[in-house]
Amino acid sequence: MDISTQTTDASPPTPEPSVAQLKGNARGATRPGDRIFLGLSRGSGILLLVIMAAIAVFLTYRASLAISKDHGNFLTTFEWNTNLTPPSFGIAVLAFGTVVSSIIAMALAVPVAVAIALFLTHYAPRKLSGPIAYVIDLLAAVPSIVYGLWGALILVPHMQGLYGWLNDYLGWTGIFSWDGGAPRAMLTVGILLAIMILPIITNVSREVFRQVPRMHEEAALALGATRWEVVRMSVLPFGRSGVISASMLGLGRALGETMAVATVLSPSYDIQASLLDPGGGTFAQNIASKFGEATEQGRDALIASGLVLFVITLLVNGAARAIIARRKEYSGANA
Amino acid sequence: MSNALVTDKRPSTLRAASLPKWTPYAIAAGSLALGIGISAAADLHSKIQWGLIAAILFVLGTYGIAARVEGRRQAKDRVATSLVWVAFLVALIPLVSLVWVTISRGVKVLNVYFLTHSMGVVADSEPGGGIYHAIIGSLEQVGLATLIGAPIGVMTAIYLVEYGRGRLASAVTFFVDVMTGIPSIVAGLFILSLMLIFKMQPFGFAGSLALAILMMPVVVRSTEEMLKLVPNELREASLALGVPKWRTILKVVLPTSIGGITTGIMLAIARIAGETAPVLLLVFGNPFINNNPFEGAQASLPLYIYQQYSQSAGANAAYDRAWAASLTLIAFVMILNLVARGIARWKAPKAGR
Repeated sequence: MDISTQTTDASPPTPEPSVAQLKGNARGATRPGDRIFLGLSRGSGILLLVIMAAIAVFLTYRASLAISKDHGNFLTTFEWNTNLTPPSFGIAVLAFGTVVSSIIAMALAVPVAVAIALFLTHYAPRKLSGPIAYVIDLLAAVPSIVYGLWGALILVPHMQGLYGWLNDYLGWTGIFSWDGGAPRAMLTVGILLAIMILPIITNVSREVFRQVPRMHEEAALALGATRWEVVRMSVLPFGRSGVISASMLGLGRALGETMAVATVLSPSYDIQASLLDPGGGTFAQNIASKFGEATEQGRDALIASGLVLFVITLLVNGAARAIIARRKEYSGANA
Repeated sequence: MSNALVTDKRPSTLRAASLPKWTPYAIAAGSLALGIGISAAADLHSKIQWGLIAAILFVLGTYGIAARVEGRRQAKDRVATSLVWVAFLVALIPLVSLVWVTISRGVKVLNVYFLTHSMGVVADSEPGGGIYHAIIGSLEQVGLATLIGAPIGVMTAIYLVEYGRGRLASAVTFFVDVMTGIPSIVAGLFILSLMLIFKMQPFGFAGSLALAILMMPVVVRSTEEMLKLVPNELREASLALGVPKWRTILKVVLPTSIGGITTGIMLAIARIAGETAPVLLLVFGNPFINNNPFEGAQASLPLYIYQQYSQSAGANAAYDRAWAASLTLIAFVMILNLVARGIARWKAPKAGR
């Protein structure tokens, strides 16, 4: 990097050309071509910022139109009657359903994903782990509507047995009591979401586990640690923040998932204590299901609920990024 | 850990007692047989339950046997190993089932007729019809989204890597990260709010705009990674020869990283091709062929799957079509993925790292 970055044109001489100027500022942009190119690329960057701002502004604007007409309380009303005059709707049920289904999904997916990531990096035979990682990569690309179709037509019938079993043995808790309806309730949604976010969490965790310094592992092995002790003492502590951020990314997906929930859940506007009784809804599912029948007023109300979802996912993703950012940035070129 | 060593009361030979190599297999076979036996005796029908019982027996059996013979540390190690294996196998069940069902049910009605006909005069509950209109819609919407999203994404990445310093760049970096996490339905709602303001009816290009918003951050991220891999020596050599910076970027930096950039764009295309939610809100779906993405409702493959499922009231013909369309969509996405990875391997920057 200590090569002089002077170009041959007659740019005004600067006293001391600094290292940063190679990649840095607009000093090179004295020629028209440079100026245009810099303008274009900076313009695209600014455009992205403008889009983000526009999303926030326009959603807020339409949402405010809807909320000002809302006869119920937007935060606590248990219904979604947007075509009435005056309309009455609230996000309480949606917020509850979104949080519950995501919690179930995370509780199921994170341990399994971490285990699979460990399997691929530390347990699987070398010959197997490459192809399996590749297949999991591909599975992350399967469109969510296909998961939705599979969930509704294959997973739901298979849940019947599990629901019955949970009701028989854990029904007394209240959380797992079942009235015998179609198993299209929060638990099924949570399981389907877990299956969907599994590949993403696995992929990111695997990348992190792969970066564990070999020396840490070998030092533990040399002290006589078993493989599990190596994992517990050197791999997991090193990968903890990576796993957390991977989980947050998965959580972001689960919160915003639309089609898979819309196909599987049979929604209603009340909150059930039991995870097995049909009830509740999620933000994204409600938007997809109610959109068809919504008037302009109804669409504004849906936009208002979308705004809440937007803010929630921003917070979750922001937290994930903050955790990642605490890890040292690593770039390949001349690092 | 050292405590365990000290309190170990086994005879002090150099090699501790250990189970033979075939033990895990034997325990697996035993617990499988026992699991099936118990399930059959308890009259459980679901094979998933059989598997779960066998898995639990396997983990417990491993711990018991290993703790007796090898000591507790080794037993824990074996349990961890078997848990990791069990987690992997359990996770395989739904994923394999998904792929298997899609393929086996999808091939039923998937043929040339299916690919070249629309649903124009076919009721949702009747057999017949096809996905031609949906393929046209998908290709046009995704194509337009790529035309908008890919150049903006690549240029933004160039700005961040080649020029980016200071507040604007860090703001862009941060918001690209944030944008990656936007749920697709929110992007759809954003365009919908614009359409409500301008009183527009659903049309294909509106869907493209939402898809482009979803695509941009993905392209920026992957392109950025690729540009960072280009060695600075190449840039310096070019600049030292007096080549202007913009020509250096166009003629040196981009060609070096073009493989990775293409891969990133194709993966982004694969991602947006499967998006349903924004298309549902903005393009609305249409059983007839509409070749014009700028006017009138269009169909798209993921939306077609959803509508075949949700509007058919359980008709088998519609489910068959939904599976066949899923298979088409998955095949499209997978081919894009495979080609993208092929390009990445073929064009990988040789001087990088």
